[in-house]
Amino acid sequence: MKLLEYQAKEVLASFGIAIPPGKVARTPEEAAQACREIGPVAVKAQVPVGGRGKAGGIKLAKTPEEAAAAAGQIIGMDIKGFKVPLVYCEGALDIAQEIYLGFTVDRDNRANILMLSSRGGMDIEAVAEEAPESIARLYPDPWMGPLDFELRRLVFEAGLGAHAAALTKVIKQLYRAIPEQDAITAEINPLVVTGDGRIVAGDAKLETDENAAFRHKDLEQRYAEVLEGDPYEVEAKKRGLTYVALDGEIGVIANGAGLSMGTLDLVQRAGGRAANFCDIGGGAKAEVVQNALEVILMNPGVKGVLINVFGGITRADEVARGVVEARRNLNMKLPLVVRLSGTNETEGKQILRDNDIEPGDNGWEAAQKIVGMTR
Amino acid sequence: MILLDRDSKVIVQGITGREGGFHAERMKEMGTALVGGVSPGKGGGEAVGVPLFNTVAEAVIATGANATGIFVPPPFAADAIMEAADAGIELIVCITEGIPIQDMIRVKAYLKSFPKARLLGPNCPGLITPGVGKIGIIPAQISSAGQVGLVSRSGTLTYEAMSALTRAGKGQSSVVGIGGDPVLGLSFSDVVALFEADPDTSHLVLIGEIGGSDEEHAAEMLKDTRLKVVAFISGRTAPEGKRMGHAGAIVSGNRGTAKSKVEAFEAVGIPVAETTDQLVDLLG
Repeated sequence: MKLLEYQAKEVLASFGIAIPPGKVARTPEEAAQACREIGPVAVKAQVPVGGRGKAGGIKLAKTPEEAAAAAGQIIGMDIKGFKVPLVYCEGALDIAQEIYLGFTVDRDNRANILMLSSRGGMDIEAVAEEAPESIARLYPDPWMGPLDFELRRLVFEAGLGAHAAALTKVIKQLYRAIPEQDAITAEINPLVVTGDGRIVAGDAKLETDENAAFRHKDLEQRYAEVLEGDPYEVEAKKRGLTYVALDGEIGVIANGAGLSMGTLDLVQRAGGRAANFCDIGGGAKAEVVQNALEVILMNPGVKGVLINVFGGITRADEVARGVVEARRNLNMKLPLVVRLSGTNETEGKQILRDNDIEPGDNGWEAAQKIVGMTR
Repeated sequence: MILLDRDSKVIVQGITGREGGFHAERMKEMGTALVGGVSPGKGGGEAVGVPLFNTVAEAVIATGANATGIFVPPPFAADAIMEAADAGIELIVCITEGIPIQDMIRVKAYLKSFPKARLLGPNCPGLITPGVGKIGIIPAQISSAGQVGLVSRSGTLTYEAMSALTRAGKGQSSVVGIGGDPVLGLSFSDVVALFEADPDTSHLVLIGEIGGSDEEHAAEMLKDTRLKVVAFISGRTAPEGKRMGHAGAIVSGNRGTAKSKVEAFEAVGIPVAETTDQLVDLLG
């Protein structure tokens, strides 16, 4: 789960990391009130994607009136597919220096990596390209966590020795997000050194591992409902489906993540565009197929559906019967092409034909058929 | 054949679960040397016609097992992997999907003390050596014995490619699914090195997907290979920043794109197929 900035800051503050004064506002009036309490504020859109500043999602406000106006403009705005549900009004910082501090998972090394750089405020990937020597790196032992001497070495390597004691403390506090919240990314950029020498989190990014959600119910309960992403993704999640919204016109259902992705590629190769990724997993049970079809058909942009199931030990005739039944129950009129393979493949195809559903011999042929039928 | 051969003695951890039991049965059916199962508290009993043990250590002492298939639920899977390594198991195949990433990072660090233990997975279909046996969930009836090695990050695409190979009369030496998670045991490169050294393998099919840079490393390794190699990459049309089902299948910035993987293969003269059927044609 990608936390919003204010949520990430709440978590960091619970670890003892200093954050600027701030308040969440869901209405212009609440934003004005926040400004009355805090003074001049930055009114910031809360969305789980980067680039909100460029999209007009951050505005400075000196007075409560300005804060209300800014909130009025930002709340409800669409930033990269996310409707802004609320803003965070945050007091300005007296910035002397900006530092980058972040943990993430380094896949190639199958380990957590800690990065620290004196070049804060910039995208770390840009820093890595421009001045790779300015980033100090550490792979902490995942059982022990980072050790004091390792952190001291890191801080001096990054040229930040002047703040060694304070930084070592903040890094250890931030590291808590890994064992305690199953964070896969925990980043403070910029980590601000203020004019009076304090260290404060200017921004915060926290992403937790969805596979570990079973042991962090608290976080989900507290924060999950705030997000308003793609409505079909939300609906699919409620039904326990693995679904990703895309912007094409052909609904796609397949079993297995690799085959599902491969099917999207085939649709594009055939000249069409997929409306979604949807993996129904191993067994391809009738009710799961129906569930997936139902969500896909909610999207009025969908002009046809392609189902690509590789059976293996699954019986193709059972899958075919399930598809026929789902189509009938949903009163589906759109073109439908189904590619089935597995045990009893021939019977499966016959069942489809008997019910006016076009069977495909393989994924590529099926993709060409559905693209042809939706033109 | 690699990893699973005629000397392999296999146990299943989680054999009394629905999935574990079902697939242990299939493993036995195709002739795998299944020697036992582990289910804490059920030691002394029997399942799928083999003896049950409370711990992996007991199973190893009693049966001489050297390989395991893990089917236990995600919250307990990391512990099951470490238990197997500690008991001296050399081939650990973890089928379980949905293990927390931080658990796997700790497992990887733990396994450094067991240099002989090889972990395949998690979140993988396992492996099959046609005519010898399998650990995991790959359907045996679409396999056939031969000289084509296959290594893949995806389950169903592995089956697609296997069945296309089998239909075309091209049998397989071993088929290995390394899994779709970001933190894995054996990597593409590890498995490629094993096939390279295997006298029974003459051809190699690689099925990769977006995310990470394992495919790029494998391509680099195959520069001067003796094998005839073809590749396939799924997720060519996946948008940036969206996790495509597999936790590991995500493009972030310029990293992990299909383009970089296709280019890496082509740069060392490995043709990249656009469909799984095309793989067979390119293999010649």
